[in-house]
Amino acid sequence: MIFIDAIDFIFNTREAQTGGVEVGGLEQALAFTWAHVQLSAVAMLVACLFAVPLGLWLGHLGRGELVAVSMSNIGRAVPSLALIAFFAAYIGVGFTNVTIALVLLAIPPILTNAYVGVRQVDREAIDAARGMGLTAFQIVRRIELPLALPTIFGGIRISAVNVVATATIAPLAGVLTLGDYILSANVYGDAGRLAGALMVAALAVAVELGFAWLQRAMTPRGLRPEASG
Amino acid sequence: MSLGLLAQGGVQIRDRSETSCIAENGFCPAWIIENFDRYLEPLAQHVFLTVVSVVAGFAIAFGLALLAHQRRWLIGPITSATGILYTLPSLALFFLLLPITGRGSLTAVIALTAYTLQIIFRNVVRGLENVPPDAIDAGRGMGFTDRGLLWRVELPLALPEIVAGVRIAATTTVGLATLAVFAGAGGLGSEIVTGSNITFRTGIVAAGGIAVLLAFSLDVALLLVQRLLSPWRRAVVT
Repeated sequence: MIFIDAIDFIFNTREAQTGGVEVGGLEQALAFTWAHVQLSAVAMLVACLFAVPLGLWLGHLGRGELVAVSMSNIGRAVPSLALIAFFAAYIGVGFTNVTIALVLLAIPPILTNAYVGVRQVDREAIDAARGMGLTAFQIVRRIELPLALPTIFGGIRISAVNVVATATIAPLAGVLTLGDYILSANVYGDAGRLAGALMVAALAVAVELGFAWLQRAMTPRGLRPEASG
Repeated sequence: MSLGLLAQGGVQIRDRSETSCIAENGFCPAWIIENFDRYLEPLAQHVFLTVVSVVAGFAIAFGLALLAHQRRWLIGPITSATGILYTLPSLALFFLLLPITGRGSLTAVIALTAYTLQIIFRNVVRGLENVPPDAIDAGRGMGFTDRGLLWRVELPLALPEIVAGVRIAATTTVGLATLAVFAGAGGLGSEIVTGSNITFRTGIVAAGGIAVLLAFSLDVALLLVQRLLSPWRRAVVT
């Protein structure tokens, strides 16, 4: 049964299809997983540092709605494979270039959600804050940001899952992630490819569940459904 | 094919400049126009994969949403189940399905369909939830049965959100269908990845550009469908 063979591939090394070298085994699996996580994490960090403040600021000013909202529509239409391929073929392969491509992929949902999250904040809460003498910066920091956090984390969650999925094709651009098991089946064999698919799927589900938990934890206590009921 | 012919030499001057452009792996718009026919079959495969997956996804998600609309407790479990399918990266899902369904369109269509369920289900449920209670009361007052109320009052009012979900699903599926090449189902991805290389600059821009245009065309087509299905909205536009 190939599924059992695939599990075996993750834990025990075997000779490559092409002969000579040993592939598979826990050590290699962990190394690829770490590379996958590292690439995704760096891209997400850069995307967040750029898109969250920009979305908050645009939302606070109420400007640039067209850009902030249509950005995620345009982002969706660009195939991630084409984006990675474009960077690899025109700019070059390697960690930095793949990271930049993934950052571009991650920005639109985060930016749109940050913008929408701030715009959804009750205007009366902001008026009240202004009446209490809060400065613009304090309003963003203490009213708009906390109230928009669940929506912002929703955007980060969408991007994180998308980035982890897309990091699977990074080996095409010279960065060896878990996707190498899938894309280089001539080396790892069918069992290796299936093992790669299982590990990528597990990683994506883990990221999704992690961010879902984080999104709940980030929701201010007073806004959680069970607390208000 | 014409690249092969050109490489043999003995061609006109205009073609020679194209040859050198391709040989130097630059970006060659003239070559795309010259060789446009090579993209027609991948494009047809791409449209097939997208349309079949979105239609199947809509049929399943719409049915599930109507079921959940009557039995509210189903919303949670269905959202979780479709959420997992949405989370699984398409490329991983292709190869998880491969031992069962084999290489080809079937595997790609199943994976792409699975991906659309969550988006469409959520929007149909939300659309039905957002129908104003007054409209439902008015419908009851006019003597609609539950079934009549659903099809004549609730669904028409939920239409914008339902179509919005299908539009997101369609645009996303066009992008993901470029990965179908790895499942052996062709599509525009086959013009981006050649062998396991992504180095042909002109081909990447051409195939990627056609995919983006396809996404926008489907988006506009779905907007037109929405307008056709809701004539009362056109009537009140000032």
